[in-house]
Amino acid sequence: MATHSAGEHEHHPKLQHHFYSMGQQLEASILGMWVFLVTEIMFFGGLFMAYIVYRWKFPLAWEESSNQLNVYLGGINTAVLICSSLTMVLAVRAAQVGSRIGQIVNLILTIIFGSAFLVIKYFEYASKFEHHLVPGAHFSYVQHHVVNGVATEMTLPYGSQLFFSLYFIMTGIHAAHMVVGIGLMLVILAMSWKGKFGPKYYGPIEVSGLYWHFVDIVWIFLFPLLYLLGFHFGK
Amino acid sequence: MSSADHAHPVVSIRLYVTVFVALLVFTGITVWVADHDYGMLNTPIALGIAVTKASLVVLFFMGVRHNTPLTKVVVVAGFFWLFILFGIGMSDYLTRDLVGMGR
Repeated sequence: MATHSAGEHEHHPKLQHHFYSMGQQLEASILGMWVFLVTEIMFFGGLFMAYIVYRWKFPLAWEESSNQLNVYLGGINTAVLICSSLTMVLAVRAAQVGSRIGQIVNLILTIIFGSAFLVIKYFEYASKFEHHLVPGAHFSYVQHHVVNGVATEMTLPYGSQLFFSLYFIMTGIHAAHMVVGIGLMLVILAMSWKGKFGPKYYGPIEVSGLYWHFVDIVWIFLFPLLYLLGFHFGK
Repeated sequence: MSSADHAHPVVSIRLYVTVFVALLVFTGITVWVADHDYGMLNTPIALGIAVTKASLVVLFFMGVRHNTPLTKVVVVAGFFWLFILFGIGMSDYLTRDLVGMGR
């Protein structure tokens, strides 16, 4: 399958001795990252399974609780993550075409978008604490809202604490993945800064990008399932 | 062209930006759709859009369409196993009423 000219693969300093060519080495890294991502799919999959079971068991609690979340902040965060995925893929492309500046600029933008996501998430969490929507001793089923200028009181259905438990666990673990991703990007940024990547060798930036996009995909599912499910009932 | 020599060909910025715009448009559509009542269909529509968005990310941003068949099999198997989890899990809960076990 692989046609390589003799000698070519012996010269690149980044080619590990057990690989045949730079291309084979890159594909092996990508495969390895995907095997890890499959374990991540199952990890988040268990939480989505719990979400499905309890949504089936407490459909009303899911709808009413979902409406306590801020759709606009959730939507903005979705857009922020999509922007970060674009800059991530452009950083990989910059490495492929040998642009050091392109990698640095796009990696910094990726880190900024990732951090912006976490800042918005902080404000969302803070508001949940203020409204006593964090499961536990201080959870309040009675919620006060201002609808069209009129102060209204509503009572959340039984099971709402389960929704918020899953909300905090799923978004919390997702946010933890974002923190790890930003740390990863800082390491990759340092490597790009030193000019380690080029058209022949860009495995680390490519593989880190796979992880970043995966975290984006998890959010693509979390946003409609957590924020949007009861949106049309809020009217 | 051997796949092992250059696993990912350089893709044009225009294509990446097109996928990016498509992802933003789908996000807008999913919010718009959620604001309307389609009865039982709201969640299937939302999931359909989410799966479409995820597929765009996997195929274009993660570049799986350029990977070797082995990598593709691993990716598909990962999602396939997820559906086994959901399928067998819910085959229990959704049939409890049929055998009079209740919820």
